[in-house]
Amino acid sequence: MARTHSLTGGRGESGTRAPGRAPITARTLRTDAWWAYPASTFMVLLAFVVYSTYAALANRDYYADPYLSPFYSPCLSTHCGAVPGSAGAPHLGWFGTWWIITPAVIILIFPLGFRLTCYYYRKAYYRAFWLSPPACAVPEPRRRYTGETWFPLILQNIHRYFFYAAVAFNLVLTWDAVIAFDFDGHIGIGVGSAVLVINAVLLWLYTLSCHACRHAVGGRINNFSRHPVRYWLWTWVSRINPIHGRLAWASLVWVALTDLYVRLDAAGVLHDPRFV
Amino acid sequence: MGYQLNLRIWRGDATAGGLVGYPVTVEEGEVVLDAVHRVQATQAGDLAVRWNCKAGKCGSCSAEINGRPRLMCMARLSALPRDAVTVTPLRTFPVIRDLVCDVSFNYRKAQQIPSFTPPTDLAAGEYRMRQADVERSQEFRKCIECWLCQDVCHVIRDHEDNKVAFAGPRLFIRHAELDMHPLDTLDRRTQLREAHGIGLCNITKCCTEVCPENIHITDNAIIPMKERVVDRRYDPLRRLFPNWRHKPQPDGGQP
Repeated sequence: MARTHSLTGGRGESGTRAPGRAPITARTLRTDAWWAYPASTFMVLLAFVVYSTYAALANRDYYADPYLSPFYSPCLSTHCGAVPGSAGAPHLGWFGTWWIITPAVIILIFPLGFRLTCYYYRKAYYRAFWLSPPACAVPEPRRRYTGETWFPLILQNIHRYFFYAAVAFNLVLTWDAVIAFDFDGHIGIGVGSAVLVINAVLLWLYTLSCHACRHAVGGRINNFSRHPVRYWLWTWVSRINPIHGRLAWASLVWVALTDLYVRLDAAGVLHDPRFV
Repeated sequence: MGYQLNLRIWRGDATAGGLVGYPVTVEEGEVVLDAVHRVQATQAGDLAVRWNCKAGKCGSCSAEINGRPRLMCMARLSALPRDAVTVTPLRTFPVIRDLVCDVSFNYRKAQQIPSFTPPTDLAAGEYRMRQADVERSQEFRKCIECWLCQDVCHVIRDHEDNKVAFAGPRLFIRHAELDMHPLDTLDRRTQLREAHGIGLCNITKCCTEVCPENIHITDNAIIPMKERVVDRRYDPLRRLFPNWRHKPQPDGGQP
């Protein structure tokens, strides 16, 4: 046998080097590519943040009849339709002419809040951005840790309210998908119609597989046999809940691609092919 | 077909120690515990290692293999690098010697959780439950208490000071098992939040990743219990319109 190296733990250390624990100086002994998940998560989320910030602040090219970008739906400002690439955009007019900046910021707080407080995304960004921890059995860099017990992270506990808002938004985006088949009063099918339908389906699956949804429909009760309808709902949500993370990524990427498609169509860069 | 493996085992105690390399011949199909036993039998008779069933059911042989918390008896050598494998004790708990740790922290936390408390008007043998009502809790009964989830949890692994106010994933599923039981009469949410620190968990799912019993610790226990704590503590609507049937607290007080 051969002693490869001798290590002595330093007193006053914390974490895996705390007194009493095996004095091993290596921060981690993992030899696999543990950094791949946080690195790829960081890149994809950063790309989405950059693109969505641009798309929201651009304040143009978000409507190509009959397609409305999900980043601007529902359009609550009377300015909708008055900027280039938005002519004819349906709007509710709740925010009058006094609202002079992009109407996207009025609504994006809700889907943004839903994803920020989502139990899956919490894992993703805690690992990729906070490095808390970057990977399992890989130490985090900070000496102090309070988790979700203090402001602002204690606000993660209002996830269910963002879930309720997400359901309302999904209803609106489903309506957008329906009217994406309305071409000047005639029913038709374009590539954009399919894009908006897929967008709505993915968002519904992501929303309904949410842990807050699972809790609301039946998770909080203990006697399933006395609540057969809620048990049935809970069972269905439980079936799609294990793929909540994959649905989170799919719906995130697709909503950005949907906006990009509508944006390019509205800007005249591409022409929407029609099947019917 | 056998091959030569450089098995690096951490030897020492709380004061000093290091990785010691042992060249050992291993066979296809063997697990890490087989190799450790061969080293113990042929080269290091004083090597301290805890083990029992060699079948992944007793939870004794927990260690960190190439830096990842695993059961030595369930870690196939064919799935590890053929040149060198490193085995260390669990790095969250005090080491006693070599690969043996003092895991009494977990038992102290377990003692703090009130046991199953059925209704006082039901005698033993009178409990009647539907399968649908108990199947959620049955998943948590698979736990073999190997403490791998406790070991990998960064809340205590990286922060020794959190051990005072944090129970860990294994004890969270114990809370969930009891709180979701249709005949348990205690409201365990206050203890779970205040004394056992479920708010410190940030859902990074490492406990689920390392569980040898494939218990969905995060999705089926921790997150549902976090939502139940939200019901009680953080949701203004649930606080305005609470469930009229209050369960008593473990300490006998009212919610």
